[in-house]
Amino acid sequence: MRPAMQFVDIANQFDCDITVSNDENNVDGKSIMQISMLAAACGTRLKIKAQGRDAEKAVKVLKELVEEKHFDEPTPSEQKNARI
Amino acid sequence: MEIKKGIAVSPGISIAKSLIIDSEDYRIPRRSIEPAQRMAEIQRVRTAFQDAARQLGQLESAQERTDGGKIKDIFAVHLRFLRDKSLRSKIRGVITTDLVTAEYAVSTVLREIASHFTNAKDPYISERAADIYDIERRLLKQLLGRRREDVEHLSQEVTIVARELSPTQTAGFDKKYVKGIATDAGGRTSHTAIVARSLGIPAVMALEDLTEIVRGGDTIIVDGNRGIVIVNPDEETIRQCERYGRELTELEHKLDAIKEKPAETRDGVKITLLGNIEFPSEAEIVLQKGGEGIGLYRTEFLYLNRPTEPTEQEHYEAYAKTAQVLMQRPLVIRTVDLGADKYTQSKRFAPEPNPFLGLRSIRFSLQNLTMFKTQLRAILRASVLGRVKVMFPLITNLQEMMQAKMILRDVMDDLDEESIAYNRDIEVGIMIETPSAALMASALARGADFFSIGTNDLTQYTLAVDRGNELVSTLYSAADPAVLYLIKAVIQDAHKAQIDVAVCGEMASEPEHIMLLLGMGVRTLSLTSPMIPEIKQIIRSVTIEDCNNVARKVLGMSSERQVSNYLRDATRKILPEAF
Repeated sequence: MRPAMQFVDIANQFDCDITVSNDENNVDGKSIMQISMLAAACGTRLKIKAQGRDAEKAVKVLKELVEEKHFDEPTPSEQKNARI
Repeated sequence: MEIKKGIAVSPGISIAKSLIIDSEDYRIPRRSIEPAQRMAEIQRVRTAFQDAARQLGQLESAQERTDGGKIKDIFAVHLRFLRDKSLRSKIRGVITTDLVTAEYAVSTVLREIASHFTNAKDPYISERAADIYDIERRLLKQLLGRRREDVEHLSQEVTIVARELSPTQTAGFDKKYVKGIATDAGGRTSHTAIVARSLGIPAVMALEDLTEIVRGGDTIIVDGNRGIVIVNPDEETIRQCERYGRELTELEHKLDAIKEKPAETRDGVKITLLGNIEFPSEAEIVLQKGGEGIGLYRTEFLYLNRPTEPTEQEHYEAYAKTAQVLMQRPLVIRTVDLGADKYTQSKRFAPEPNPFLGLRSIRFSLQNLTMFKTQLRAILRASVLGRVKVMFPLITNLQEMMQAKMILRDVMDDLDEESIAYNRDIEVGIMIETPSAALMASALARGADFFSIGTNDLTQYTLAVDRGNELVSTLYSAADPAVLYLIKAVIQDAHKAQIDVAVCGEMASEPEHIMLLLGMGVRTLSLTSPMIPEIKQIIRSVTIEDCNNVARKVLGMSSERQVSNYLRDATRKILPEAF
């Protein structure tokens, strides 16, 4: 759950609405409950959407976190790809 | 108004508003609230989240990074959950739309999230459910902890309603404000029941789903004599109950006066009244209530609520302490009557399909000889301290009795070898509590020094009724002619063999059965201490001739209802206050 924590911690730094979705569900990117449940249900392809003042920057940072850093403890079965 | 029937575990009657105590270890029952209460419950959730977060924050910052920060990270994740606005709003939503308590809303929402994780295929993710349960527990502790503080700082009279109470919790109750206790689980012989009895707080247990019916602040009548709990009684019921309560108090005062007088019928026949106990400390209470010794010391309690078996020394200390209180008065120690319960069942790989017909009581002891011998050694060692007798439970045939006696002799031989003192002539008796033992009583009497009739099990096995099962419990009655027929036969066989016969089941504490038992020839009764004065009162009000007439009439009857009605009428004439 540490990746989810990092994700929401970063998301919460921005002054915009952030939505994360897999194919079925859209969730609030600032809620650890929702993010971790989304990952639990799927854990593969994530879409990050942001709306608001610093939306563009938020997406960039979060994409970097998910895509390039792969968080710091990727789970073996998880291969995360983020698309904007 | 709703009337619930449970098991009466501590006598007396009380009326007070309910205070519900839940335990974070159990599923929190669904409990409705009034719409007006919504804001208060939502505020409770908010406070619980804040306090839990503050507590957790302190824990987190106190945590060193020695293990690579793993524990610190776990706390950090939990903290994010406690600060998650959408989690709180979900809980708020449940309170608002479903009209349930804060505890229930927190519990359902978090368990729903946990089950979401549990169902994930990836084990890394499914294991996260444990984190969610941990967060749930933390929040419940906040919500319920305050309720517990409420119990400690009561300022008005309450009835405590709970799924289950621990003896420690119960012992902490202030009798001034805690007027009654009603729980879903438990039974007469649970530790909590015993604590309630010694505090003198009326209590009813085994009410099954009471906590789901009662709301905080409901008016509750606890009738610890009849085993009834009434939720939100109407005015007429309250009046009746108050009158009944006054009568009981008057009766109690009247009975206090006869404590010092002998248990003797009007025509001078002496009856021995003994007490049933579970703990050494209760021996003193038996004597205070006018008991002349202990007719049944249930030793199961030495084994319960602990991870390992008690040592010989622990057994010995309990028996020695009891014997010393009693001095030269009789003390019947019954060897362990485990089985058909959590203790033996949890140690088995596969639970028995039919535990009451399974490996319980003396059968369990005979298959666990090391444990059995440990207990017998302790009893024998304590036998030099008083008039200690040993009794074997649930004997079903002669061979079992002989085997148990042989093991007792083995233990005696061991003690001889080690030159440890014991009473070589210790009396050895058996419980008659199965139909087979009752039918074979004359053969068993030749090998036993005394009988004690356990009417609870005898009734259950004779009538094939589980009285804990409400679908059939109405069939359970010690006044059934079939049960009485067996009791009568046992008494006759004991008299023929010239050995003592006592009755130690609940029947011996039920006023309506006393005349019948005396009429059938019983001269020793062993019962729960609070009932001793009342039973003595009955004994002092009758003549043996009256009793013989009652027994003769009853033994000619063929239906349980006929017997019960007749006995109630006969007893009402003797002691009208008892009904």
